[in-house]
Amino acid sequence: MRPPDASGDALGALAKVCGDVRPGEPEEGVLGVEPAAVAAPATVGEAAEVMRVAAEHGLAVVPRGGETRLDWGTPPRRCDLIVDTRRLDRLVEHAAGDLVATAQAGLPLERLGAELAGEGQRLALDAPLPGSTVGGTIATGASGPLRTLYGTPRNLVIGLTIVRADGQVAKSGGKVVKNVAGYDLGRLFCGSYGTLGLIVEATFRLHPTPTGRAYVARPVDGPEEAHEAVQAVLHSPVVPSAVEYLSPGVVAVLLEGVPDGVGARAQQTVELLGREAQVSEDAPDGWGRYPDGTVLLDVAAPPPALRDLLAALPATGTAVTWNGDGHGYVGLSLGDSPVGVPSGTVADVVADVRDALARHKGGAVVRYAPEDVRGAVDVWGPVPALRLMRRVKDQFDPDHRLSPGRFTGGI
Amino acid sequence: MEPELEALARRLDALLGPERVITDPVRLRTYECDGLTNHRCTPAVAVLPDTAEQVAAIVRECAAAGVPYVARGSGTGLSGGALPRADGVLIVTSRMRRILEIDIPGQRAVVEPGVINLDVTRAVRPYGYYFAPDPSSQQICSVGGNVAENSGGAHCLKYGFTAHHVLACEVVTPDGELVELSADGPGYDLLGVFVGAEGTLGITTKITVRLTRVPETVQTLLAAFGSIEAGGTAVSAIIGAGVVPAAIEMMDALSIEAAEAAVQCAYPPGAGAVLIVELDGPEAEVAAQFAQVERMCRDAGAFEIRVATDDAERALIWTGRKSAFAAVGRISPAYIVQDGVIPRTALPRVLARIDELSAESGVRVANVFHAGDGNLHPLVLFDDAEEGAGARAEEVSGAILDLCIEHGGSITGEHGVGVDKSRYMPRMFTEADLDTMQMVRCGFDPAGLCNPGKVFPTPRLCGEVPGVRKGPHPFEGKADLF
Repeated sequence: MRPPDASGDALGALAKVCGDVRPGEPEEGVLGVEPAAVAAPATVGEAAEVMRVAAEHGLAVVPRGGETRLDWGTPPRRCDLIVDTRRLDRLVEHAAGDLVATAQAGLPLERLGAELAGEGQRLALDAPLPGSTVGGTIATGASGPLRTLYGTPRNLVIGLTIVRADGQVAKSGGKVVKNVAGYDLGRLFCGSYGTLGLIVEATFRLHPTPTGRAYVARPVDGPEEAHEAVQAVLHSPVVPSAVEYLSPGVVAVLLEGVPDGVGARAQQTVELLGREAQVSEDAPDGWGRYPDGTVLLDVAAPPPALRDLLAALPATGTAVTWNGDGHGYVGLSLGDSPVGVPSGTVADVVADVRDALARHKGGAVVRYAPEDVRGAVDVWGPVPALRLMRRVKDQFDPDHRLSPGRFTGGI
Repeated sequence: MEPELEALARRLDALLGPERVITDPVRLRTYECDGLTNHRCTPAVAVLPDTAEQVAAIVRECAAAGVPYVARGSGTGLSGGALPRADGVLIVTSRMRRILEIDIPGQRAVVEPGVINLDVTRAVRPYGYYFAPDPSSQQICSVGGNVAENSGGAHCLKYGFTAHHVLACEVVTPDGELVELSADGPGYDLLGVFVGAEGTLGITTKITVRLTRVPETVQTLLAAFGSIEAGGTAVSAIIGAGVVPAAIEMMDALSIEAAEAAVQCAYPPGAGAVLIVELDGPEAEVAAQFAQVERMCRDAGAFEIRVATDDAERALIWTGRKSAFAAVGRISPAYIVQDGVIPRTALPRVLARIDELSAESGVRVANVFHAGDGNLHPLVLFDDAEEGAGARAEEVSGAILDLCIEHGGSITGEHGVGVDKSRYMPRMFTEADLDTMQMVRCGFDPAGLCNPGKVFPTPRLCGEVPGVRKGPHPFEGKADLF
């Protein structure tokens, strides 16, 4: 590998292959690490050329989509070049009859949703942060309430095109939902945070947009009641699209389907949740968003872990969303006790959460936190199979130029 | 046996006890093929471990000796994924068949790889749960095999594949290390790529599966049409209306004839195609959609519709479909089961072209398919006593795969690539695509000892500069042992 070089030489070389190349601005720093250059390729071919030139010049590359989660994870050790996908924003194909769509990485989920809605279809993924793109959603494995029924991006991506660290374009999967030919790199790239390659295009399986929809919500008081309410719905046959616990104390259920069916199922759900439950056409407060806080933890464990998770948190300064699928978020509002969580205690809170979830074989990852807090906590927690992950990383990115340091174990 | 293999067998004896290590050529013949019986190879050694630690120790011995190994569950695979190596060890997981944990509040169970798919459902059914992946072989296939192949089944249209129902796997890596891969843990989703890697990335020794709530109601109908085209119209109408059936299956006249001969399923006489549509879920939901489905079948020209009124009638409707592959043996001395996928909307064009191929070549093709997701299972019939007939059938079978690729589909929807289809992989993927997939392989198994010769037509030399091949490949001349 050549020494890093994002000087005029590299900029000039990038400008030859990409129509939109410029020096980075201070405010474009990725967790404070300022890029020397920003390139915004408009085609997959241009993206490949940009990556090839970056490889030739030994540039450390950080992909950027809608900038909604660029402050997640840990800062890159180097950031010579941001590859911005915002010009890669085409809906390449919507095969409505096949319930499949192919989109470029920079297409925002809202725009994709609007296009699909025209045919009565949707990508069954929530966008917790407005403006997030197809590529960023895959790279961060982002999901929301609908994961109860539809899973996360790994369940919905059926084909993926990437540009490798060396500039080579490669795809896996295809345009059909049922396909077991070759390794599924789509699932591998979900949640890989730009460390394996640049995602340029994805094909999704779609679902028909339901014609009926209802929310059933009831207040819950304390961990035990929250747990009981979630369990009551999970083990029933109402087939919720989403079951969510939301701070400060609501369990809410989304039912979707044909209008008559939804009505009947909403009544069934009310019976399951008890008399305090209310049916509404509107989502309850906080639905589909991350909990408030200056620190965000991503927590995962089997559904019954909700009880222990809630019990492990300080009484104030914390907010939780928890999906019936066994996944959630904890927001910590930093500040002085008794209102906030003192920043000096965050490491303890994280440790308590991990202890509580470890009893269920679960774990917690710090998604974002102010720099001083980040430095004082173990961001990733224990990572099984880290050695295997490093070896996969070394194959895809032998020079460690792709989002170096942004990921688990310094990957 | 080669002296090194002999020595390895003795070390395995010491590890497992001689009764778990088979070297007798007669006993080894049990394992010479999986469900794809035209590829056969007797392994040098077969071992029957009881525990994950034993599997890890076996893999370490193989790695130290540089001997290739292949894992095998029940051996029901249809692409030769569990085809042994003459110079290698076959690791049979059929003794590892304990259900270790059932966690209903957590909607999951932990099972060993040799557990039979249907036994998971049997164990959790009393709690109102089941294991959703339902390959046709579910009465005998193992969950470990399902993980390797990312098995589907008739109901995967609505419920997804094994990959969507496996939450974690304990895996013996090709280094002989026991590691836990999970879908929701920190770091790369290695589980996502492990499931469906056809046993080339390691051997799973413990699987955490998701359990699915048994639906409140199931409704099944059988609709008979004059032609495949009419049946196809009904499928398009149903999917177009936003209905997501649990299953939607079609059979053509020739496969109906075979099923009739084999199991007397009494499908409506004179049908050019039958469609089986199953809806499941909450009662109110299913009731509304089922009426719609019935109407759409009639509108498309169904001349008879039978609705199952109980489980026995439902089973009767499914009997013909589920027996179709084996039943073809009644109307043809030999046949190839093909597995290709096309975008569902290309169905009429592709079926017409298959008809033409059949007419041009004189090779009969019976069609059975998962119509909802465009997964075709053409059964290519031939008489193995007739000279050249097998080759002609192979040719038609290959041409059908080309048709799938031409229409933007896949060379396999659920049977896997194995040894059977690796030669077709370059028709679907570029060299760079295949090379990139094999980077994962090189990360997991740089020595290339774990189920080598499967999936990829040309192994990647791990450690080489991507895209550049230097000199003859180390496996050259060895990969085609059979």
